[in-house]
Amino acid sequence: MSEAAGGGATSKKFLYVNRKAPYGTIYALESLEVVLIGAAFEQDVSLAFIDDGVFQLSKGQSTDAIGVKNFSPTYRALGDYEVTKLYVEKESLDERGLTLDDLMDVTYEDEDDDYEEKPSIRVVSRSELADIMAGQDVILSF
Amino acid sequence: MSILHTVNKSPFEKNALSSCLGHTKSGDGVLLIEDAVYGALKGTKSSDQVEAAKSTVGLYVLGPDLAARGLAADRLLDGVTVVDYGGFVDLVAKYDTTQAWL
Repeated sequence: MSEAAGGGATSKKFLYVNRKAPYGTIYALESLEVVLIGAAFEQDVSLAFIDDGVFQLSKGQSTDAIGVKNFSPTYRALGDYEVTKLYVEKESLDERGLTLDDLMDVTYEDEDDDYEEKPSIRVVSRSELADIMAGQDVILSF
Repeated sequence: MSILHTVNKSPFEKNALSSCLGHTKSGDGVLLIEDAVYGALKGTKSSDQVEAAKSTVGLYVLGPDLAARGLAADRLLDGVTVVDYGGFVDLVAKYDTTQAWL
């Protein structure tokens, strides 16, 4: 972090691990807020969604009747902050009867490929996610 | 004495729903609220246990908490009744007492 704060060229790999469903607790919203703050420091940011965290990306969330903010549209804005890697664990989806079709469409424009729109959500296995975790400099869990 | 059991934790994260279902008696009710609404879904690893309970207990789920999480009625287990806040109050009045499984 000191390199980034000092304007150094090196960035660190940050992984935010999301393991809680939205709305029942404040964790999911807090994670999203920290991700947006972290994105301002131009680090290499990835998000992982495992266990009940996969529910954060469910389509069709509507919170009018429970009196709290529906923060789910914010995930679709992450691409504008160059947060383009959302790893979703296949086993966690399976246990919950979910498939990729049950999740929101989250995309980003790839500036290295003529700004082509590409999916941000990548479904990975538990063992692939273990490898992704092993490759990080900093892991923050929510 | 009939009991209305309320559960508010996801069955994938905590064992509150499983423990609750193991302690119900015939004629009780189980109301799923907050993150426990995921326990009302078809095709999950907790579906069988909930399905098995419906022959002896009334199963209810709070509609506003389903809507917040984007869960449509067609994804619910058969035999689970969706209630609104007024229905929640009616259930509390209908059963002799209430137990919250925190």
